[in-house]
Amino acid sequence: MIAEFGQISLILALILAVILGTLPLWGAYRNNDALMNLAPSLVAGHFVFALAAFVSLATLFLRHDFTVINVATNSNLLLPWYYRISATWGSHEGSLLLWILMLAGWMLAVAVMSRKVLPKVFLTRVLSVMGLISIGFLLFTILTSNPFDRILPGPVDGQDLNPLLQDPGMIFHPPLLYMGYVGFAVAFGFAIAGLLGGRIERDWVRWSRPWTLMAWAFLTGGITLGSWWAYYELGWGGWWFWDPVENASFIPWLLGTALIHSQAVTEKRGAFPAWTVLLAIAAFSTSLLGTFLVRSGVLTSVHAFATDPERGVFILGFMALVTGAALLLYAVRAPRIMTGKGFDFVSRESALLMNNVFFAVSAGMVLLGTLYPLIIDFMGWGQISVGPPYFSAMFILLMTPIVMLLPLGPFTRWGQDELKRILTPLLLSLVVAIVAGMAIAAALGAFNLRAVTGWVGGIWLIMGALSYFRQQKQQSRFKLPRGQLGMIMAHAGVGVFIIGVGMVESMTYERDVRFGQGDTLEVAGYRFHLEEIAVVKGPNWIADEGRFTVYRGDREITQMRPQKRLYHRGQQVMTQVALRPGFTHDLYIAMGEPLGDGSGDWSIRVHIKPFVRWIWGGAFLLAIGGLLAASDRRYWRQQRIEADARVMSDGAQPA
Amino acid sequence: MTPTRKKRLAVVSLLVLGVGSATAIALVALNDNIRFSIGPSEIIAGDFPEGRQLRLGGLVAAGSVSRDPSSLAVSFQVTDCIHEVPVTFNGILPDLFREGQGVIAHGMLNADGVFHAHEVLARHDETYMPPEVERAMALAGSGLVCGEPLEDHLATVRGQNR
Repeated sequence: MIAEFGQISLILALILAVILGTLPLWGAYRNNDALMNLAPSLVAGHFVFALAAFVSLATLFLRHDFTVINVATNSNLLLPWYYRISATWGSHEGSLLLWILMLAGWMLAVAVMSRKVLPKVFLTRVLSVMGLISIGFLLFTILTSNPFDRILPGPVDGQDLNPLLQDPGMIFHPPLLYMGYVGFAVAFGFAIAGLLGGRIERDWVRWSRPWTLMAWAFLTGGITLGSWWAYYELGWGGWWFWDPVENASFIPWLLGTALIHSQAVTEKRGAFPAWTVLLAIAAFSTSLLGTFLVRSGVLTSVHAFATDPERGVFILGFMALVTGAALLLYAVRAPRIMTGKGFDFVSRESALLMNNVFFAVSAGMVLLGTLYPLIIDFMGWGQISVGPPYFSAMFILLMTPIVMLLPLGPFTRWGQDELKRILTPLLLSLVVAIVAGMAIAAALGAFNLRAVTGWVGGIWLIMGALSYFRQQKQQSRFKLPRGQLGMIMAHAGVGVFIIGVGMVESMTYERDVRFGQGDTLEVAGYRFHLEEIAVVKGPNWIADEGRFTVYRGDREITQMRPQKRLYHRGQQVMTQVALRPGFTHDLYIAMGEPLGDGSGDWSIRVHIKPFVRWIWGGAFLLAIGGLLAASDRRYWRQQRIEADARVMSDGAQPA
Repeated sequence: MTPTRKKRLAVVSLLVLGVGSATAIALVALNDNIRFSIGPSEIIAGDFPEGRQLRLGGLVAAGSVSRDPSSLAVSFQVTDCIHEVPVTFNGILPDLFREGQGVIAHGMLNADGVFHAHEVLARHDETYMPPEVERAMALAGSGLVCGEPLEDHLATVRGQNR
């Protein structure tokens, strides 16, 4: 009964999406008020039915309804309730349903929050365009990946949810990531609505800025959580693998980063509006590409769970349709796009243009490396894969100039500026960065290229952000707007991140050791002592547990208990890492395997990871900064936009 | 040319130069970091680029895994049911590494025909078979379990995936 209810809700959502994608759009074209007025209620209905479908599926999981194939293959009687809920989006079908719910949620948010800010015609177009996107995903779900398909008679018990997914990180990682992916649909909707109206003006860019910032912040959070999850869950101790699926989420992030910066220029100065529109289209298209890569199984990856090529073809077709239509519209309307004022070589416009070039080229490089194996395979030149060193090398090359130039950006004036004036307030930061950076690296015994680069670069960014904060504080009598605070926080976050990366990549202690009961490993002032290896039981698994006592000098500081779990269903094995997190370093122990020669010895992986928390800490600051900036009152003020925009373009106010 | 145009030209040529050189560097870096996917039969036939990183796919031959008693060194054979290639590895094998199961090894082949792996990957989930392994097995005309025809196995695996 519940499954059928969910199924019907999904179909009703599709019907509403079809109406939403057509009638109000026609109404906006013909300036028909009655048709346009339909949009908000259609959006609300669409959300309600998407939510109903999602809740139905979650209920089926909670109630162990194994007559539903999706439940039978991803859950069983032993699975705790919270993982039964997260199993709702653990499978392919469920994750699509989550995607649809997110899209419906974003649409509702736009309809409610922008109701008073946006002109009705424009809002209607945005909602209709998003409705059209929803049609694609609903059709995809219902036709190829129905989560409510039944099997009769159902099995007595289900199979297991992949043990890797039975983890608190997995409860939040996909929803956050999807919030980001799908959030770019809003930026896309705004861009298309702008093109449809034939006016690429500053006002619509301003309206879309907070939405883009929010999407970007969620995507940042989602990627961060994924990285953290991989670190403690996969048992390899890495935080980023340049895996195709990671890349798939990273490409929209890079383009999104370029987009939030180019939107600033277009809003404030009216410069490169066409580029901003293109970026909005590209960011959403690559989000769809990401979905295609994950769901089609065309690339080998840690995320490539059971997949199906037919589904990939559907998404690829959908992506081609969306991108193609958007680009066609762009080509037709581009001549009408306004041109902004000219600007000097040394100006904020140039600085942000550089930002855009570097981020767009980085996205291109990651895309090239990710798709290269597909191209080679398609041409029949054999099967290859691209190793992580390619990505690391390219990335260091492209990000170094960004790090060096970033603190200059906020100090630069619009239109025209002088290098000397920009650099003067930053001289102190530069000196502090170089001296303190080298000193700290030396004091930590990490006087190597990567660590020194990390510290000098990181301190340079943090100091740069702080001196900008100080200067703004002194210059203005009012409280700093949240947009500014968010930017400062995000830029400082990049610095924190870089320090973490520099230290982890150069100073990680990493060893695979053979451990027997009573064995001791001494390293970096720590002593790891294996007391015993015991067998423990959990709700749906049994495990071999290594019981380590860790000493620093003679003092016992902690007990660490890594496990090698065997899940009853499907007999899957999983490594449960023991971690002792710390501000300056993590201790990390993972069980390898029993060496099986009668000795009872195990191979054990022991890592000491310096400053690894700073990587996620910095990324977290980025996400918070993005949300803070999105909440700036400037974006949500009602109806004063036109008058305001005029003031903005005349005065030389900083972004 | 007017000064504005000159300036614009300078900016545009700088951009083109920058993007161009970045692309050139990318292609060189790409070429250096490519790993070729091969199967045991191709290694035996000598059909692979020399001195390059390889990505060997196949099954772990039954009864072939042997460990060094004092270290983490391990050796095993990767098979496509027709030919076998000896592989050595020093480190921790993945959780789902089993005899008779699909495996991918990254590394290089040395002169005596032993494959030195620096990384060993196994699948992450029971129903998933890496395409490299499928390909290596298909090249040798074998199924994904030695003794079982390929089509049957693929049909069952794909059937489960639905």
